[in-house]
Amino acid sequence: MKKYITWLTESEYVVIALFGIVLLISRLLKLSFSTGISQNFWTFFVEMITFLPFMFILIGLIDVWFPREKVEKHIGHEAGIKGTVWVILLAMLQAGPLYGAFPVAHLLWKKGSSIRNIFIYIGAFATMKVPMLTFEIGFLGLKFSLLRTLFTLPVFVLIAVLLEAYLKDKEFEVRQGS
Amino acid sequence: MLLLVSITLIALVVSLMKDRGKTVSGVRKGIKMFTNILPAMLNILILVSIFLYLVPGPVLAHWLGKESGLTGMTMAALLGSVSLIPGFIAFPMAAILLKSGIGYNIIAIFVTTLLMVGVLTLPLEAKYFGMRVAVLRNVLSFIGAILIGLLIGLIL
Repeated sequence: MKKYITWLTESEYVVIALFGIVLLISRLLKLSFSTGISQNFWTFFVEMITFLPFMFILIGLIDVWFPREKVEKHIGHEAGIKGTVWVILLAMLQAGPLYGAFPVAHLLWKKGSSIRNIFIYIGAFATMKVPMLTFEIGFLGLKFSLLRTLFTLPVFVLIAVLLEAYLKDKEFEVRQGS
Repeated sequence: MLLLVSITLIALVVSLMKDRGKTVSGVRKGIKMFTNILPAMLNILILVSIFLYLVPGPVLAHWLGKESGLTGMTMAALLGSVSLIPGFIAFPMAAILLKSGIGYNIIAIFVTTLLMVGVLTLPLEAKYFGMRVAVLRNVLSFIGAILIGLLIGLIL
């Protein structure tokens, strides 16, 4: 018993367990809030648990079939529109939070990417990662996701163009971070 | 949702026919990601369940519905800018809020600021680009996000 308690308090499931216990007790005491909250929770939970495994399996398959290394080879060598397309493709195959993109931006800078392409990478990384889009389509629908991506793409390209124009004659560099 | 399930199944069959080993490692990777994200997701579900119980639909719709106008959009933009929620959790949350009567424009602004603007990660970003450029990028993204939300609100 003690072993289970220490495991639980150290695990990420502690809040979930507490939630279950509180709901159970309040149900036994016939407190009205328990039904409302647990009804909400179950509806959301059932909906998610049926679709999430499929989404993650798809993300896993994309990960093994589209290796980033193949795209990375093209970065830095291609200039202009072609370079931009490769940078967006590379960003789309990534995963994780935005701050994970900054070290890559430094690498791109060292490889000779233009200021514009570096900020396009940041924008595409933030808004067009394939695993994330998979989720967006699953939960918010294809129409919403397509529209949002379609509007976001020109916005971050424009931001990159503006930043490049602003930084052109200044001494700008993407530093190594820490 | 159905679309995604069918795509997954088709991808799974094609992948199995082409390379069994690769398929197995891909599925393993996916399941591992799923179990990693599950506790965080359940925690958010609990929070949203309680929140939606305490704040009834009509009240929420009044503050963040399609007709909530500038106040709603500003609230969504500020919230999205300071939050550090990963997409894996933000999208299910947004779907629930959408069903509770929040407008598409609000959801679009919240999602876009969440993805593009990071107030909390600004010091980190500044280490790479310098503070002036980092702030500039975030401000431009903030304006862009509101524009995107307005456009989506016009269509959906």
